Amino acid sequence: MTAELFIQYLFAGVTYGIIYAIVAIGFNIIYNTTGIINFAQGEFVMLGGMIAITLNALLPLPLAIAGAVLLTMLVGAMVEMTFIRWLKSPSVLRMIIITIGVSILIREVALHIWGEGVRSLPYFVGNEISTVNILGARISPQVLWVIGVCSVIVIALSLFFRYTMQGQKMRACAANRTAATLCGINPKNMVTLSFMLSAGIGALAGCVMSPITYTEYDSGTGLAIKGFTVAILGGLGNSMAAVAAGLLLGLLEAFSVSIVPLAYQDVIALSILLLILFVRPHGLFGRKDAAGLKEF
Amino acid sequence: MALLEINQLNRRFGGLQAISEVSFAVEPGIIKAVIGPNGAGKTTLFNLIAGSLPPSSGTIRFRNEVISGLQPFQIARRGISRTYQNIKLYPGMTALENVMIGRHIQSRTGFIAGMLHLPWTRREEAQVREHCLGLLEMLEIADLAEVEATSLAFGQQRAVELARALAMEPQLLLLDEPAAGLNIYETAEVGRLISKINSQGITVLLVEHDMSLVMDISHEIVVLSFGRKIAEDLPLQIQQNPEVIKIYLGEEEKEDAQG
Amino acid sequence: MRTCLPILLLLATVVLVQQLTQWTGTPFYLTQLTMAGYYSLLIIGLCLVMGYAGQISLGHAGFFAIGGYLSAMLTTRNLLAYQDHQLVALADRLGLLMGRHDFFGNEILALHPWPAALVAITTAIVVSFLIGVPVLKLKGHYLAMATLGFGIIIYRLVLGTPIFGEADGISEVPGFPLLAGLSVSGDFGSRVSNYYIAWGMVIIAMLLLLNLINSRVGRALRAIHGAEDAANAMGVDTARYKLRTFILSAVMAALAGVFLTHYSAGIGPSEAGVMQSVRYVAIVAVGGMANLWGALIMGVVLNFMSLRGMFGSYDDAVFGAILIAMMLFAPQGLLRLALLARIKNLLTGKKDGAA
Repeated sequence: MTAELFIQYLFAGVTYGIIYAIVAIGFNIIYNTTGIINFAQGEFVMLGGMIAITLNALLPLPLAIAGAVLLTMLVGAMVEMTFIRWLKSPSVLRMIIITIGVSILIREVALHIWGEGVRSLPYFVGNEISTVNILGARISPQVLWVIGVCSVIVIALSLFFRYTMQGQKMRACAANRTAATLCGINPKNMVTLSFMLSAGIGALAGCVMSPITYTEYDSGTGLAIKGFTVAILGGLGNSMAAVAAGLLLGLLEAFSVSIVPLAYQDVIALSILLLILFVRPHGLFGRKDAAGLKEF
Repeated sequence: MALLEINQLNRRFGGLQAISEVSFAVEPGIIKAVIGPNGAGKTTLFNLIAGSLPPSSGTIRFRNEVISGLQPFQIARRGISRTYQNIKLYPGMTALENVMIGRHIQSRTGFIAGMLHLPWTRREEAQVREHCLGLLEMLEIADLAEVEATSLAFGQQRAVELARALAMEPQLLLLDEPAAGLNIYETAEVGRLISKINSQGITVLLVEHDMSLVMDISHEIVVLSFGRKIAEDLPLQIQQNPEVIKIYLGEEEKEDAQG
Repeated sequence: MRTCLPILLLLATVVLVQQLTQWTGTPFYLTQLTMAGYYSLLIIGLCLVMGYAGQISLGHAGFFAIGGYLSAMLTTRNLLAYQDHQLVALADRLGLLMGRHDFFGNEILALHPWPAALVAITTAIVVSFLIGVPVLKLKGHYLAMATLGFGIIIYRLVLGTPIFGEADGISEVPGFPLLAGLSVSGDFGSRVSNYYIAWGMVIIAMLLLLNLINSRVGRALRAIHGAEDAANAMGVDTARYKLRTFILSAVMAALAGVFLTHYSAGIGPSEAGVMQSVRYVAIVAVGGMANLWGALIMGVVLNFMSLRGMFGSYDDAVFGAILIAMMLFAPQGLLRLALLARIKNLLTGKKDGAA
């Protein structure tokens, strides 16, 4: 393998890896406040891309993306308020089925609005063929956008949870719901907020990746299963580990292209998921007895 | 030879030593009680014996065979059955059906035979039903056979659970606080029942809070405190054991101070 | 007695429906009813796993695909070129091969549907065993995701593998000669007999499963669902029971795949898709989880409506909405609602209060 090819694969791996990590963090945020896995997480990413593409016909790109993120957050809040908020201690099975149902509905609505076609946002800078030369390899500037924006999301989130009032309230709810309630925090609002937050970061990721990965009404399912693989790989609920796990999966996929046919790409990620679930369900980086602890 | 032998048993939960170097034996045919203040590790001890929890170290022998580390169903098949402190009946099933689960290891209809509804499985099913109705009768709740078990009154649920444990025809019966939540009449009734079961040759190991019941029916008593065994003796001696008195009085003083 | 009467009623309904379509001149309905029957085989198997053993599976379309795709591939793969190969010659001597002519009159020598089905079912058993052992140790989200992952793996494999036809699937699958004169195929003339073959299988499967849940095994399964640790402490080998139920349901799914593929003369990748698995779960949920009759009735009704195209382009959306509505408002299933429960009691001869 030449050095250029190696760098090309490296960037491809990091790009996809960090997108998976964002989806995984979306899973984690909701899991931490509610204890449920939101199977509609991938649909938020798809919605972000699709709405931005539509808005971009009327508005300049930055405004279209901002609008898409806000609208998707609104969808996230609506999902929570319509389907989750008023259920009293539902069983896990019930929650799984409800969020699966929500993901199907969002996908079907998207199908009827945008059709089956593949769409994409324009490149933020330049076009398909513009490249940046990094150590002899040609990299699309959009790749740098994806890596940059996703890194900013990760950093901003960790600052949010550490230093802002809302972030600390959410952490308090995750750690001990009853105690948080006693301190005057309304856990239900925190759950709504967590849905908005993970919808928002999903939508933003959906926008920056759209020019290179394209957006389709059903691109959410694939992303969700990769994102879940990463979330499990890092240990459910642990978002910093999810970034590491995301990069690991992304790189693994990128470098396996030369060995495994493209049609079987997903099979690799899924086999890793099954293997991890069977062997180390608490994650690669988690310790078994710490699995109960929730950290953002 | 002892029926059950517990040897230097330990169980840790993270940093907490729930059971620490506990050893004792249960001779066949007796009623033995494990007592101790709250948090002494009594229920943990039961879970270790029944296999719901693996011990951190130490061994448990039943009829001279090491059973620690086995799955609960394997231990059940060797002749140990149990009841739970917070009653665990199966919802959506009648009292009789709950008891019939207890006959699981005494019957053998499998997937194929069950699907084909073969004549011998029909006979077996009738025998199981018959046997379990007999048990309900013995516990004086035969009229409740067709009622959904989880809708019964508390005391009746305890009786169903006991019948289910007896349906297994165990050699050792583990009773986890059989009198919890019962009034004094019901408690006395449970005591009478346990003695009756014991008189049929079933060895009983029970955890209980109610001292009058324990002193009434048990032949031997083990006292646990903070996971350690601090005494093992006959009921009368236990009542006079200064260390035991200290624990229980200490607890009462604390309660007085709080009250 | 408890199962006899409803089974006879089912038989009567099956005959009545066929007669009705004849009188009203609508025999074309039989095609969708036959297909719905095969899907019901899978659904009642899944009902056993979800409602009785209490385990969710989002991968049952995978087992359907194993059955359908393997029997389709084996019965269409032309072995004429390998006629002289020892293995092929041996199979021919054993009568395992079937010669025929395709649409264009070319000669085809392929595996006979019986051994092909045998291979498909055996594969389903082996795969469900290998997947089931580790998967069934998982709970909640982990179990859901693991079975979903398994389903997608199968989907990706059939979609990416040339011998399974990739995006086109496999077509021109021959009929399945069950007995002399009885063949599972989409031939116009054999529509009525095929309807009875499919529903005969459903009735037999219902009878077997109803017997099972009313036996010692069914009791143990319900105990596992109710309180797994307490079932274990009563001597029930919970892991083994869950595994066997899973394998049984996988076999039923594979059987459905085999016969439906021969009936519709082909299979496509959408049969292996995630949405298909979700649909099956939706139907079991509507039927009331631990309710074989509910699953059967809902399976027939919803599949029939879907196959007749009554939901138009909202097909998937309808199933999504059903799932949400059921879980929000009636997690015990529609057929558990008071009124229908009473009807059920009447049918099974129980008194109102006793249920």
